[in-house]
Amino acid sequence: MLLLFAGIMVVVSPAALLAVLGLATLSRTPLSERSVSRYAQASSISGLIAALCILTYMLTMDIRNVPLDFGDWVSLNNVAAESAHAPPHVEMQPPGALESTDDAHTGQFHFLLKFVFDRLSIPFAIMSFVLCGVIGAFAFRYLHLEEGYHRFFLYYAIFQLGMIISSLAGSIETLFMGWELVGLSSALLVAFFHDRPAPVQNGLRVWSVYRVADAAFLIAALTLHHLSGSGDFETLMGKGDWPAGHATITENQALLVGSLLLFAAAGKSALVPFSGWLPRAMEGPTPSSAVFYGALSVHLGAFLLLRVSPVLELSPLLCGMVVALGLITMVFAAMAARVQADVKSALSYASLIQVSIIVVEIGLGLRYIPLIHIIGHACLRTLQLVRAPSLLKDYSNLENALGDHLPDSGSVWDRRMSPSMRARLYRFAWERGYLDSMLDDFIVRPFINFFKWSDRMEQRWTMFLAGTKGADVKLKKENEEA
Amino acid sequence: MIPELHFPWLEFSILLPVIGAMACAILPSQQAAQRVAIVVSSLTLLFTGGEWYDFTGMDTWQAHDHWDIIQRILGHDYFVIDRLSAPLLPLSALLYLMTIVSTLRTKLGRFSFGMTLISEAIVLATLSCHSPWMIITLLSLACVPPWFELRRRGASTRIFTLHMGLSIALLVLGWSLIDDTAGPQSAELLPAALLTVAVLLRAGVVPVHCWMTDLFEHASFGTALLFVAPMTGAYAVMHLVLPFGPEWAMRSIAVLSLTTAVYAAGMATVQKDARRFFCYLFLSHASLVLSGLEIVDTIGLTGALCVWISVGISLGGFGLTLRSVEARVGRLSLDRYHGLYEHTPTLAGLFLLTGLASIGFPGTLGFVGMELLIEGAVGVFPFVGLAVLLAATLNGIAIMRAYFRIFTGRRFQTTAILRSRPSERFAVLVLTFLVLGGGLWPQPGVASRHHAAQELLDRRMNPQLVIEPDDTSPEMINEEAAPKAVPERKSKSGNDSAAPPD
Repeated sequence: MLLLFAGIMVVVSPAALLAVLGLATLSRTPLSERSVSRYAQASSISGLIAALCILTYMLTMDIRNVPLDFGDWVSLNNVAAESAHAPPHVEMQPPGALESTDDAHTGQFHFLLKFVFDRLSIPFAIMSFVLCGVIGAFAFRYLHLEEGYHRFFLYYAIFQLGMIISSLAGSIETLFMGWELVGLSSALLVAFFHDRPAPVQNGLRVWSVYRVADAAFLIAALTLHHLSGSGDFETLMGKGDWPAGHATITENQALLVGSLLLFAAAGKSALVPFSGWLPRAMEGPTPSSAVFYGALSVHLGAFLLLRVSPVLELSPLLCGMVVALGLITMVFAAMAARVQADVKSALSYASLIQVSIIVVEIGLGLRYIPLIHIIGHACLRTLQLVRAPSLLKDYSNLENALGDHLPDSGSVWDRRMSPSMRARLYRFAWERGYLDSMLDDFIVRPFINFFKWSDRMEQRWTMFLAGTKGADVKLKKENEEA
Repeated sequence: MIPELHFPWLEFSILLPVIGAMACAILPSQQAAQRVAIVVSSLTLLFTGGEWYDFTGMDTWQAHDHWDIIQRILGHDYFVIDRLSAPLLPLSALLYLMTIVSTLRTKLGRFSFGMTLISEAIVLATLSCHSPWMIITLLSLACVPPWFELRRRGASTRIFTLHMGLSIALLVLGWSLIDDTAGPQSAELLPAALLTVAVLLRAGVVPVHCWMTDLFEHASFGTALLFVAPMTGAYAVMHLVLPFGPEWAMRSIAVLSLTTAVYAAGMATVQKDARRFFCYLFLSHASLVLSGLEIVDTIGLTGALCVWISVGISLGGFGLTLRSVEARVGRLSLDRYHGLYEHTPTLAGLFLLTGLASIGFPGTLGFVGMELLIEGAVGVFPFVGLAVLLAATLNGIAIMRAYFRIFTGRRFQTTAILRSRPSERFAVLVLTFLVLGGGLWPQPGVASRHHAAQELLDRRMNPQLVIEPDDTSPEMINEEAAPKAVPERKSKSGNDSAAPPD
């Protein structure tokens, strides 16, 4: 009973924060900064304590998997007979007692709302609560009297809920829900300082990349659903507890689904060719940059790969692709990080280097090391990003004391490389590998040009049909005046 | 015998707006007309809600009014609702009420409440009607209020007349040919082609969609929104083509509507005018619904019917938000930033919420519907699933772009107070409740649409269950006499299996 309560608390505490802040915004009830901060702290602390209780129980009882099953959120299973109004049945089942939700042969639809506490989800959830709590406390002072204070905490609540849902998701649809919430809050927070065009443009860029990656995720989820007959990870990844599961699909199917998931993970974790959005995301306030792009959100792609690791194991080619993508991103990020002119961008690329190493580790078949790497890196990077504004001041003080810039001895590469090569590489790194330009030139611009051309043609056709070009222009003028 | 509702909900909900329109015509001021229109449309919503509640408790495919006043006068009972149309009536009534309530004083001179109530009566009558000739007549009548408004505003009516006139002519000709030949169960090439083209015109499918952008540009936003939002074109497809249209007709509608969904989504991302943007966004979503209706799979069809409802509510709310913003600052261009967030935070929130709901964002009304639609489409034709996903992705980008352009990017300087009025806040609260309530507790709505989808597939596979054009009297349709067929559908695993009995 206590375990069930703790399980529900982990999920409900961030949801309650979102409900309180959302309702206050909707009803235009002014909450003081202190109240908002206290609600955020209460949410993080209660969720963290509940998660720690479950972890203690699991360690004490030597249990590796504790599912929290809310039943079918949507069930198209003989709806006439069982009526739609039955309340969802919440159950916390002992390990091994969970029945398979395989419905491949019944031709029905089930949207399973299920959360799983296992060796992957519990550390990730605890890390999310800890870092969100720290950043909540930091933002209380950092954003004091900021115009968008309440807005920040509303997006923060969406993000925290998204992270917890993603971490604990027991089915691929539930993971997708959390994934989308994280994406939305990220894009809105990048555009947080929305009285300037640059943050807004960057927010739209981040949103566009996320939407494309989310589309790949959804296709993968539905394909998995079709192949295994259920969205439940236990059915998808075999009966064994993470990381010991064995997926039951074929190698080719694993390659197809895995490639789509890798694409989705690349979008979320800013791997090549989507790396361009990461420095753009630093337009947001420092607390959000720290917790989202330095610590939590940027690791979500790696988390997804870890969650579906039994699928990766089925296809050596897929594992090779994961390693290759990680290596390419690592080299690119290492070069780009060295030429950044501002500390937040440099830190974002430093994050990307670590994320790509984690991806390589996953591709090489490691499971616990990437998880430990994620936790360590997230904590370190949060500290660095939160310290970034004051670090600049420290450097400034130091340079003032020295009366000159800090000495730069240069690396081995700098000394051994020819000047022309160095200039070329510098340019390549400064232009961030031309990734954004390539995406713009080969995908975005042709797309926009085609639809703009279609729009012009349509307007001409409409004018021709109306036969009232003059009147049209007049009306347009009137409207503009109005 | 078709079961009877416990009250003449349908006839009352159609009659009330007509009476209200007459009252508006004789009232001296527009403010008084708005008050009357609010009362009348609220009562209409109450009646349509009562009809839905009453019908839900009956566990039947279709039902007609208690007492049947129309049948006693005309000899035919024209108004019959079924599981498909039962929730569409309160949805349409809600859209009318919200539009009337959220009309600001500054726009009273440009918006006719009498005409709006007349068009509400026509839409409700269309959605309560199964008789093909009656549907054609009502679809024709529905074109009259927008046409008059275009005339009154001095805009060219040629495009609207051309498209709607052609659509009506083809409907009349097509159905006359069906009447003259072997009946509706075996539509031949010519009548089927005529009807297909007619409904495509009405639904605004590419390349015959220009009337829609023209209407949005030149009519008042409220009128244009109310003309397209109830999606009577899709309703016409369901009743005039799908039950007995040949395979090629359905495929053509599916392919063209899918193309329209993707094309319109792409167009929405590059629009410079907010009204044109909304028009393409709506067109894309309406086409997604239309393409989903062709999926011969219970899950896919359930998804399409869910998306029909969610798009009605979410894009209805989205359009009304845009209309409220326009009422404050005039026509909105999307090629520059307006920065209205600080002045209209409530409207900004609703804009984002309804926009996200329309693309099926998790936790909102559209999520499960979109998921079901894509799941069903992927199961039947993987290519269709990809196209639906592509359209949804582009729509998502277009909505966020519009949000950023209208509400952010700079500080809007004005001395006027632009905050939302109480009536607008009421509309915001109602729509938010529906969008989030339906998203967090989707089971009742989805289950209701699943019932409807199963029955529709039953009827598609057993044409004898379809109402004959001349046999509109309820006595002619005996549901119990017809065998209950269980449609075959492809399961999620790819195996064919029988759907569970309803």
